[in-house]
Amino acid sequence: MDSQPDTALRPDPIDEPARRASEPSQALDPKSPVMRFGLDEPLLTDAGVELAPFQIAYQTAGTLNAARSNAVLICHALTGDQHFAHTHPVTGKPGWWETLVGPGKPVDTDRYFVVCSNVIGSCMGSTGPASIDPATGRPYGLNFPLVTIRDMVRAQAMLLERLGIRDLFLCIGGSMGGMQVLQWAALYPERVFAAMPIATGARHSAQNIAFHEVGRQAIMADPAWADGRYLEEGTRPSKGLGVARMGAHITYLSEPALHRKFGRRFQGGSAPTFSFNADFQIESYLRHQGLSFVERFDANAYLYLTRAMDYFDLAEDHGGVLANAFRGTKTRFCVISFTSDWLFPTADSRVIVHALNAAAAPVAFVEVETDKGHDAFLLDEPAMFSAARGFIDAAARARGL
Amino acid sequence: MTGSALNKSAHGVPWETADALPHTAEGGGARVDHIVVLGLVPAGARVLDIGCGDGSLLALLRDRRGIDGRGIELSRDGVNACLARGLSVIQGDADTDLANYPDDAFDVVVLSQTIQATRNPRIVLEHLLRIGRQVIISFPNFGHWRVRTELALRGRMPVTEIMPDAWWETPNIHHCTIRDFVGLCRLIGARIETAAALDARGRPMRFSMPWWVWNLFGAQGVFLLRREPE
Repeated sequence: MDSQPDTALRPDPIDEPARRASEPSQALDPKSPVMRFGLDEPLLTDAGVELAPFQIAYQTAGTLNAARSNAVLICHALTGDQHFAHTHPVTGKPGWWETLVGPGKPVDTDRYFVVCSNVIGSCMGSTGPASIDPATGRPYGLNFPLVTIRDMVRAQAMLLERLGIRDLFLCIGGSMGGMQVLQWAALYPERVFAAMPIATGARHSAQNIAFHEVGRQAIMADPAWADGRYLEEGTRPSKGLGVARMGAHITYLSEPALHRKFGRRFQGGSAPTFSFNADFQIESYLRHQGLSFVERFDANAYLYLTRAMDYFDLAEDHGGVLANAFRGTKTRFCVISFTSDWLFPTADSRVIVHALNAAAAPVAFVEVETDKGHDAFLLDEPAMFSAARGFIDAAARARGL
Repeated sequence: MTGSALNKSAHGVPWETADALPHTAEGGGARVDHIVVLGLVPAGARVLDIGCGDGSLLALLRDRRGIDGRGIELSRDGVNACLARGLSVIQGDADTDLANYPDDAFDVVVLSQTIQATRNPRIVLEHLLRIGRQVIISFPNFGHWRVRTELALRGRMPVTEIMPDAWWETPNIHHCTIRDFVGLCRLIGARIETAAALDARGRPMRFSMPWWVWNLFGAQGVFLLRREPE
């Protein structure tokens, strides 16, 4: 950030991590199957752009049955990816939803054919701002069109058609993934048998837009961002992206969880150092979160995807009445929220439930008691698993699976 | 509403149906008060069960009457049990969630043994009449002779099979008698289509009796209501 020598008073810098060989390759050459759509199959975006060519990176588990009636689509969250049950190619960590998805799990890969694709605009192999613009031969950067949740869903539908899947048995996802689930049910009601939107909302709240804006400004304030051309300039806005992640990460947790995990405990000692070092464990933890995030995520993709969430307002798309988005739907819904989630609080889920009630849709709703905050949907939450298992098993019986 | 009207309606078909149901056949071992409800719900109806517990009534109605059922239940365990039965049940409560349902959303709305636990029974009942074309409502009768005896002779708040909790832990904050309930129906313009008192074992009282007998010997009241046409 500046050239001053390190002193005891200087904050621990969020260092630019060593660039890993695998990092740029995930955007351009992902470690997963890729479906390519040519110039004759553009994605018509809400911004009025025909995006072509483009590609969607995806992962699958399980086997599609002969009737093609057992397909499950998993929709990932803001910084998620297609590796829901596969070792992450950058971090080496297990799949991000192996708690819920796998053999014998509520989303049982022994019974269902499970698909998860990297959303359009992201950076793990689907076309996004880090991809090469065929018109220029250079990374898109800010020349990439703004995409919406609905664009993500349209691209997923194109992928599924290529895979020979017309109907989904189940569409499931949390947070931004839950927005996609709602959009699926609204856009293709006859193609979704069961839907599970988790820890999400039918629109992004003003508070959530505000948090996203802080994150975006942190990225854009980093000189290394270079007006979005950092890939060409050979720099990385790691400090800005790291700060964006640190701020966002706080919103994924809860005060009780932070208190339980870190409290006011000091890092490596029991007394303050009277400096801006990471004295507190929570500071050290957040810095680690920021650092590890920039190793796997593209800053421009973060700008684009946070914007897509900000623009999401399903009621506004349907004359201001959310129930109209679900009018006449036959889809069975199971909405789940978490008591300590203040990013998408239970009230947001109740808005969805009330709209579904008004549309006479079959809807179940469970509020899971937990202190783990928004990220609870990714964690080991037995109450969520038992609700999911009950709902999915009953839906499978109703579909004859 | 007069006592004779109550008694007259008690001779309606539902109670005879309920009475004639052997537990081993259609009821399949179901709770007697559920079988009474079964007798009141037409086939294929859209039904909302408020305070549906583990969903046993909704499942019974679905399996025997082919209804399109929904439920509201306060406890997560109850909701999970309902989910496992394939029922569409939301976690919520009668005091806060009914306002969001549109008018005439259901053919039948069922509120079993719950109105006395709501914060505002009058508003809840008005919502029920607005949401459902018909309302089936049951509640413990605080005019039952055992209740009166406890109060009159022992001077204690009653604890009975149907009201098993001590005063300091009971969720029942708005007790009423059958006669009190009839008064509320009259106040808010609810038409009583049928009514009956169930004895301590949940069976409909068989014989035509004046209302004060029901109010004395009925352990619970069951009413089939409809809102008065404007």
